[in-house]
Amino acid sequence: MLSYTIRRLFLVIPTVFFALSFLFLLFFALPGDPANLIAGGGNRNPDPGVIERVQERYGLDDPLIVQFKDYWARTVRWDLGESFGDRRSVNEIFGEKAVNSLRLAFWAILLEIVVGIPIGVLSAIRRYSLADKLTTIGTAALSAIPVFVLGFVLQYIFAVYPNKQGWPDWTKLRTQGLGPDTWAFFVIPTGEQWRYLILPAVTLACVSTALAARMTRGSMLEVIRADYMRTARAKGLGERQVIYGHGLRNAMLPVITLIGLDFGTVIGAAVLTETVYSWPGLGSEIANSIQSRDLPVLLGLTLAVTVAFCLVNLLVDLSYAWFDPRIRLGEDVAA
Amino acid sequence: MSDVDPHPFVDPEAPLSPEADRPTSGLPAGLAGAEQASFVAQRPLRADVWRRFCKNRLALAGLVFIVALLLVAIFAPWIAPYDYDERTPGAFREGPSSEHWFGTDIIGLDVFSRVVYGARISLKVGIVATLMAVVIGLILGAIAGFAGGKTDNLIMRFTDIFLAIPYIILAIAVATIFGQSVNSVILVLGLTGWLGICRIVRASFLSLARMEYVDAARALGFSRTRIIFRHMLPNALQPVIVYSTIAIGSVILAEAALSFLGVGPVPPTPAWGLMVSEAKSTLAVAPHMLFFPGMAIFLTVLAFVFVGDGLRDALDPKLK
Repeated sequence: MLSYTIRRLFLVIPTVFFALSFLFLLFFALPGDPANLIAGGGNRNPDPGVIERVQERYGLDDPLIVQFKDYWARTVRWDLGESFGDRRSVNEIFGEKAVNSLRLAFWAILLEIVVGIPIGVLSAIRRYSLADKLTTIGTAALSAIPVFVLGFVLQYIFAVYPNKQGWPDWTKLRTQGLGPDTWAFFVIPTGEQWRYLILPAVTLACVSTALAARMTRGSMLEVIRADYMRTARAKGLGERQVIYGHGLRNAMLPVITLIGLDFGTVIGAAVLTETVYSWPGLGSEIANSIQSRDLPVLLGLTLAVTVAFCLVNLLVDLSYAWFDPRIRLGEDVAA
Repeated sequence: MSDVDPHPFVDPEAPLSPEADRPTSGLPAGLAGAEQASFVAQRPLRADVWRRFCKNRLALAGLVFIVALLLVAIFAPWIAPYDYDERTPGAFREGPSSEHWFGTDIIGLDVFSRVVYGARISLKVGIVATLMAVVIGLILGAIAGFAGGKTDNLIMRFTDIFLAIPYIILAIAVATIFGQSVNSVILVLGLTGWLGICRIVRASFLSLARMEYVDAARALGFSRTRIIFRHMLPNALQPVIVYSTIAIGSVILAEAALSFLGVGPVPPTPAWGLMVSEAKSTLAVAPHMLFFPGMAIFLTVLAFVFVGDGLRDALDPKLK
């Protein structure tokens, strides 16, 4: 296990290095000159004098290789730079926003596990039943709704419409902002807070819940055919124990991996969800930095998210190998 | 080969699983393995595929919808009662009526006409970007899987680098550079969408490279290009077709997301995602501005998902 872990780590480090270098080059070396962007942006033809001053101030007129070295010297020390806008340190922005994103993600993932996996299991063991068909169609439908459309539809149903009808305040949920920011045990909303949390959490959870249900179903269908299920029944175990004790445990392995891989999808969904609900997390900050062309913030947060994404995938890989010893023995299975 | 039954003495009719009474092939359980071994090289007849596809009502409905949408896109100027940037003076944010079937938006543009013209953009982006991704993915995947060794390793590490960046972030990053137009969105999504296809093609080529007919082709002295494209590629296409059908849907979703985030085309381009984002500030007074373009995205993506699922089941009934 240790040698496998080390080998995987050595594969991840160059991947992260090249991915981050690629992002840097994309922002700072290609035609859309960053100085031009700061000074006014793409179509607005800013004054050349302004561009020059900006270049000087941010060291953008240094040779690319010097900028690149600086970038890596900073990144290795986990210094993400400072915002073009208000000169705040991106580390500080990251710390502040990451907490909000984590809280939102916690509830979304909880919903995904508590709702998605049981639905997938039920759908698999009652294959071809009405419930199974509804699940199949429902999950396909959920994954076809754009996250932001879903967000606006929920806003309309739970806040805008009741407001229009003049219903009492307790029927309405909040749709904008973080709320009073009161939490118990880091993740449990207290007081008014839950009314701010519920819609963004549900919206974010929807896509991944559908994914989890579909994956669990597929994986479970595969497992149901396995020989050890037959053996378990043959030795007289009850149906419940066969399905949950033997089936689900084995079916979860590919689901864990796929959920890890789909973490990227969740990040995308988070950018949209947080924007729709003005939830002050990493996602909405990334969206804002695009709007204001604040490249250090965009690059810094992108970098942080990319590193997190790689770490999650590494953990998933390792946990998979830990659960299923056959993978460690295979040469190139994990690649 | 988990399908090979190691216990032939166990009654195959016993209710072991929901599958037990629905054999996936006409062969007795003990022969299923043999059939599977020959399956890799076997392509189903087109008529069979079509017949199985038609049995799936959702897939058929999806196909009908897509064909209808294609017609709408082609004949948009004849179907749409107004131009996509033609303002009706005085009619701002009006609900659906006989003059404006889907109502009007903030500046008096006809939402129905814009949704109709929007079909052109969504389909163009979805199809062209996916084609681009498929071509890149096929070529790289085929080379990696056929050559193996160092070349394979290099290409796969290269895809790993791009896979390490969350997709939407990658698309946003590239879009920020390329500027805002429909064509740059196509470029962005095409250049970032080939990773999955590359992996799929590589996996099939790895297994196809061991097939005897490839050895035979080599022994006959055919060039590598010929072996890859004439002999192996047709056998590796099935999963690619399924994947890319569903991918068209995801590309349309991604295009909508980019438009929504403000890195896609700019107004007054009638992109559905852009129309939704214009609706956000007037949700209370003009929900129709959200509903119709949102519905258009949803139905289109859903149609591609259903067709993709249907194709997968029709091409390989064993996978169902």
